[in-house]
Amino acid sequence: MTAPILELDGISTDIAQYHILHGVSLSVPEGGVHVLLGRNGAGKTTTLRTIMGLWKAREGAIRFRGDDIAHLHTSEISRKGIAFVPENMGIFGGLTVEENMRLATNDGSFDRERLGRIYTLFPALEKFWTKSAWSLSGGQKQMLAIARAIIERRDLILIDEPTKGLAPAIILNMVDAFREIARETTILLVEQNFLFAKSLGQTVAVIDDGRIAHTGNMADLVEDTVLQTKLLSLSLDAHQ
Amino acid sequence: MDSTSNLFERFGGINLLPVLLAIVAFALIGSPSTWVTLTVAGLAMGMMIFLMASGLSLVFGLMDVLNFGHSAFVSFGAFIAASVLAALAAWVGADSIFLNLLAIFLAICAAALFGLVAGWAFERVIIKPVYRDHLRQILITMGALIVAEQLILAIWGGSPISVPRPNFLTGSLIIGDVSIELYRLFAFALGLAAYIALYMILNRTRVGLLVRAGVENREMVEALGFRIDRLFIGVFVLGSALAAIGGAMWAGYETLITAAIGSEMMIIVFIVIIIGGLGSIEGSLLGALMVGLMGNYVAFLAPKMALASNMILMMVILLWRPYGLRPAVK
Repeated sequence: MTAPILELDGISTDIAQYHILHGVSLSVPEGGVHVLLGRNGAGKTTTLRTIMGLWKAREGAIRFRGDDIAHLHTSEISRKGIAFVPENMGIFGGLTVEENMRLATNDGSFDRERLGRIYTLFPALEKFWTKSAWSLSGGQKQMLAIARAIIERRDLILIDEPTKGLAPAIILNMVDAFREIARETTILLVEQNFLFAKSLGQTVAVIDDGRIAHTGNMADLVEDTVLQTKLLSLSLDAHQ
Repeated sequence: MDSTSNLFERFGGINLLPVLLAIVAFALIGSPSTWVTLTVAGLAMGMMIFLMASGLSLVFGLMDVLNFGHSAFVSFGAFIAASVLAALAAWVGADSIFLNLLAIFLAICAAALFGLVAGWAFERVIIKPVYRDHLRQILITMGALIVAEQLILAIWGGSPISVPRPNFLTGSLIIGDVSIELYRLFAFALGLAAYIALYMILNRTRVGLLVRAGVENREMVEALGFRIDRLFIGVFVLGSALAAIGGAMWAGYETLITAAIGSEMMIIVFIVIIIGGLGSIEGSLLGALMVGLMGNYVAFLAPKMALASNMILMMVILLWRPYGLRPAVK
């Protein structure tokens, strides 16, 4: 197991009067795809937003390459090399595809070789390069959101439910793209789609009711159907 | 229905609305010379309102800040410009166009400089403590507007102040039966130049790209590594300066001003940004032109309806497009 790139240590986050995360501790190894699974409302999105500083942790530490980033501004966290693809994709619909991508570059100019690789991964982006982002389909918007996260070299990419609402064929393309992206960076993927998650994930953490219920290798979870049933039906059991 | 809609879009879509309004007015007015005079007056008025409204629209779009104190910059801009023009009375009344231009240039610069400095202080002291709290924003900015009006009364007194127009802008351009005030042409040209400059900044620069993105989704802009709060200060300061320039131009248009000039314009400014769509410069321009034209046409055709006309225009447009003509995509 490689050294962790990201560590959450006893993170608790409140949104208004609601306590959402209750001492979440999580370790993300460097390299590859690591999955955070959980039902709706379990705290997956809150975990990612807390890492990005969009919601502040009430207590606990978030260490990125050993530095505590819990108290940094979102923009400073981003500049440390962490990209975020939110659940709603965060596309700027009034801007063109090119402008969306240009915003994510460090100095407003593109690395042509890198851009070429993105075109190979997501050919639709080249086709719609000068079109407004709002005119893209759901799948194309997701491609743009992910492309924007990798237009510069990032150390860690946080991706929130990328398969939500997408057609199966597009999800298959997404698997290939993520494998390619994970060659040079670490991905922390939040998912509900276990089939998608297991095809990519090296490690897995399951969150329920704002607490980590399980951590381990994805391969072990895939093999252990009893554990799968226990963890992935956790929400139903807990709420019936 | 679809083919009509496509035809409308092909010929410019909602950008055509001011033109359609002018065509309808032409049919109702009948006299071409009167129509031209009213149209030029409406366009000039629209451009001055655009100057006052554009900054407020961006400020709301970027940070969801409701700034009812915006009109204080309009008032101060008007009074500062009036004072500068009064101090430069010799240049204002001179036969030299150069001296006339220099006087009005200095008056506008003084108003803009006030807007820049006071806008920065206003944002830091009044707005910053109430980010994300609409109720407090309304209360504190309304309070600031009252304080600003009292300050104007204390400095310039309660009597209306006469604003001299530079000599070369006092006459009219006569073409056949048509008489067009030179000041209105000047106001239109200045507003158009401001719009083009704003358009270029927003569409051709990285800062402009950030502002447009921030209006849509400020959280995502921060997640891409930018400090939206710092960007907001810049936009707020620019918007305040534009409001002050608008006030300076409006003072010359009215030629007699009182401390209430800003708050009187505020209703129209809010109508414009609601009609245009929050956070959009193009929308502000469209809204301002329509309000300017409508105000002038109705004042001629049905003077008793003049005050209500812009409210009716706003209601009709909101019934058709609830988010305004060209809202920033959210």
